[in-house]
Amino acid sequence: MNDLKEEAPMSIKRNLTRSRRVAAAAAVTVLATTLAACGGGEPGSGEEPAEAASAEEIEAALEEGGTIDFWTWTPQAQKQIDAFEKAYPNMTVNLTDTQGAEDHNTALQNAISAGSGIPDVAQLEYQSVPQFQLPGQLTDLTAYGFGDHEALYTPSTWGAVSQNGGIWGLPQDSGPMALFYNADVFEEHDLVVPETWDEYVEQARKLKEADPDKAMINDDGNGAGGVTSMIWQAGGKPFQVDGDTVTVDLADEGTQKWAEMYQQFIDEELASDIPGWTDEWYQALADGTIASIVVGAWMPGVLESGAPDGSGKWRVAPMPTYDGTPVNAENGGSTEVVPEGSDDKLLAAGFLQWLNADPESIKVFMETGGFPATVAELESEEFLGFESEYFGGQKINEVLAGGAENVVEGWQYLPWQSYANSIFSDTVGQAYLDKTSLLDGLAAWQEENVRYGTEQGFTVNG
Amino acid sequence: MAHSFARPRKSVTLTILMAGLVVYSLFPLWWLLMSATKPQELLSGSFGLLPAGEFALFANISEVLTHQDGIFVRWFGNTVVYVLAGAGGATLFAALGGYGLAKYRFRGRNAVFATVLGAVAVPGAALAVPTFLMFSELGLTNTMWSVILPTMVSPFGLYLMWVFASEAIPTELLEAARVDGAGEWRTFFTISLRLLAPGIVTVALFVIVATWNNYFLPLIMLSDKNLFPLAIGLASWNADATGVGATPVFHLVITGAVLTILPIVAVFLLLQRYWQSGLSAGGVKG
Amino acid sequence: MAGTGTPVLGRRPPSLRVSAAGWSFVAPFLVVFAFAFIAPVIYSLYLSLFRDQLMGGNQFVGFANYSAAFTDPKFWDGAGRVLLFLAVQVPIMLFVALVAALAIDSGRLFGKRFTRIALFVPYAVPGVVAVLMWGFMYGERIGMVGWLNDAVGSQVLAPFTKEWILVAIGNIVTWEFVGYNMLILYAALRTVPGELYEAAALDGANQWRVISAVKLPALRGALIIATIFSIIGSFQLFNEPSILQSLAPTLISSSYTPNMYAYNLSFTGRQINYAATVAIVMGVLTAVIAYVVQLRGTRRED
Repeated sequence: MNDLKEEAPMSIKRNLTRSRRVAAAAAVTVLATTLAACGGGEPGSGEEPAEAASAEEIEAALEEGGTIDFWTWTPQAQKQIDAFEKAYPNMTVNLTDTQGAEDHNTALQNAISAGSGIPDVAQLEYQSVPQFQLPGQLTDLTAYGFGDHEALYTPSTWGAVSQNGGIWGLPQDSGPMALFYNADVFEEHDLVVPETWDEYVEQARKLKEADPDKAMINDDGNGAGGVTSMIWQAGGKPFQVDGDTVTVDLADEGTQKWAEMYQQFIDEELASDIPGWTDEWYQALADGTIASIVVGAWMPGVLESGAPDGSGKWRVAPMPTYDGTPVNAENGGSTEVVPEGSDDKLLAAGFLQWLNADPESIKVFMETGGFPATVAELESEEFLGFESEYFGGQKINEVLAGGAENVVEGWQYLPWQSYANSIFSDTVGQAYLDKTSLLDGLAAWQEENVRYGTEQGFTVNG
Repeated sequence: MAHSFARPRKSVTLTILMAGLVVYSLFPLWWLLMSATKPQELLSGSFGLLPAGEFALFANISEVLTHQDGIFVRWFGNTVVYVLAGAGGATLFAALGGYGLAKYRFRGRNAVFATVLGAVAVPGAALAVPTFLMFSELGLTNTMWSVILPTMVSPFGLYLMWVFASEAIPTELLEAARVDGAGEWRTFFTISLRLLAPGIVTVALFVIVATWNNYFLPLIMLSDKNLFPLAIGLASWNADATGVGATPVFHLVITGAVLTILPIVAVFLLLQRYWQSGLSAGGVKG
Repeated sequence: MAGTGTPVLGRRPPSLRVSAAGWSFVAPFLVVFAFAFIAPVIYSLYLSLFRDQLMGGNQFVGFANYSAAFTDPKFWDGAGRVLLFLAVQVPIMLFVALVAALAIDSGRLFGKRFTRIALFVPYAVPGVVAVLMWGFMYGERIGMVGWLNDAVGSQVLAPFTKEWILVAIGNIVTWEFVGYNMLILYAALRTVPGELYEAAALDGANQWRVISAVKLPALRGALIIATIFSIIGSFQLFNEPSILQSLAPTLISSSYTPNMYAYNLSFTGRQINYAATVAIVMGVLTAVIAYVVQLRGTRRED
């Protein structure tokens, strides 16, 4: 658990900018003008409202055609584009596969600062939306009537794309959390599938006693994504963003609740520490060395491709809770957005709308392993009734979709979440390593975030 | 041969001691070679220093060459371009500059000396980030030039060539050529170049290795996979094995590594005679 | 490098041509040097005086970045780590290289040519490949280390622990560069004139005496060069820890070495101004230390 990371740790970093102004003076001037255009840098308020367009106008524009650039790392993207170009033969979508969130964000940031080579549509993780939206780098899609789509999506994903008074994209997928466990190991050692975290810890102790080579969970101390999701489930709201004022409180009630529970895994050495997402990790998942994992609903596809030998052994259960009342959190998930610098926002919005709202596109997405964010699909018989061979014929989507209904509302990420995640292992991760207090680690993470936020010009409470 | 007096008796103890060091140097490569003969699924399950399962070397090689539409071949080609242009340029400029500094006196020569010598001590990697920042302002990042241009500068190569030229080219020879009416550049190409050859080969080899193996600079500068040199390409395949939706291709990383090492080792062995004489004659003697 | 026996700057063979042609030979180098070396240095000096924020944009901050760097525990933590690395790994590596060079040069070795080449081959292995390779072998579950531990029946080796990770990195670096340094030293030994050995033999000097009286003094220049390059290499430490980071994320922080820090500052933290500052401070620090070593080396010689 908590091996969650947005992507490969040793990714090749992208360059900062394609071309910025040569003369520094010019750069400063341009920057000043840009800022002035965004209302003096006052976040969230300054985007020039996009020119309103009705659904008919968007449709007409797509029929007429044109070319747009699309940056994504979604494996299904090319198939979706093929379907789109078939539906609108005059449209051409240039796909740039950006490989993963981290590189993607850097490259996008650079293009935006450079003011050239900006894509018309780009994928963003939900947690990265604020860091682009606050400096006024995303188009508010309200004017294109995107508000009408609200009912299509689960409340938590809709909440992630509509904040600070605008609509910044349409959800692509979602990742309500669930407990994935190796039924063979559970059976062998007579373990019960835990419904609460207390039971979970109990089973972890039992397993450790029975077979010290196995561990109920794995944690390499580098899983910021997983930890924030767990804090989310525990009711914590450590990050609150209001314009340029940010509150960081990594010691709030929910965070403490999680830390207290999770500390047991650390103190009693109930977790193994295989580096997440590595080959060794996948093998451990396949052979039962790691007996369970709490992670987003997109995991089945990952297990199937990464740990094929685990086929037939794995099962899904609802995420354990603190008191038996079903509560859930999102883990991962992305949206598509239209950067302010797009030179054809109308077409961009049209493509985005088709991509994440058109049933045909969503069908293509799901056929190739995507976990949807749309209520209709999540509730469809076909989806819910799907019996996964890998999971021994279990109707996994019933469980996973069930989790989507109980996601705690009101969670926010930091405007600099990707940086915050990059220093997670330096701070919180040290608690795993040294078997020390998680709260101390969280305090160190807090301190770094407050420092960084302040340096970046935010008013930070914390 | 520098010392030709009585041949010393061979020492078994010393040989054993050195054999230990040789084993230390070679066993990782042996491991690499053995691993390159195994299919992906046996890489972790089997003992590293012995072959296991079917002999998959050729299957692995053909997969390396075809994986992701044969991008490995492209990386190989890129690396050759970086080596020819970058290391080639560095060698040429170092040879010319070293020769100029060694054989002429001109205004500002001492200033050039001081700057270049100071530059030798500046860590290349400390410079990489600033260079990246500047190149990104100029729109040069993510182009082949962003790797080639910084590679073309080798202060140490210049220093080496200067030492070598001072030793290897008798000033009288140049004077004689001048008396014969040859121009400075003509003298350089007809007389000096040949004398500089061992030094040039030495500098070239060290710059080639540095370029062939360079990781930090292209890592920073390049984002387009199609521009990657081998080192970055292999690292990116290795990274493919990690992450959500990972596709472990360790057998390709390993076999690709073998294919990356072979040419450079071959170059070294083939040119051994030259660079060794270059090293001893000029480089480190002083 | 001036530490090679002859004072570099003062050397002027008597009949050197005074000619502007000298400039034409040096010019191509200088042009590229100015563009790809001097200009970035100047540009980063410029950058280091500003701060570009997510909120509020770019502003002139004078030397604020420098004062931040001087009190930045992350930076000094990393700098201290490479210093420690330098103090331990470099002497070990150079000692091994020296022993190897003397052994090969002694002529008392069976298979001398093979030994020389075998030791040198790792240098030709790309650093990335070397780290990937050793990373695989370090694996406690599936690597050679795991196999060894199983064979012995206890955990004798644990490269991926807090205590050993720096040693594990040091081992990789040593493996990569021992042969290279050996070759530099060996090449220097080859230049010792035969008469010196003959004279020593006439004096009845034994092997050890020849080594201490003839060979070691002849190696001084080469040793200084090797030392300086090793110092620079240590300060630049990046490839090894950054690639191993994926295997041991909590052991290797984002500021593990100053170079990794600068890299992460500019690419993950979007703090390019501060990254430029860190690079400058580190460059100056390296140059100073390299210079001191060089001075010490040459002074004793004179």
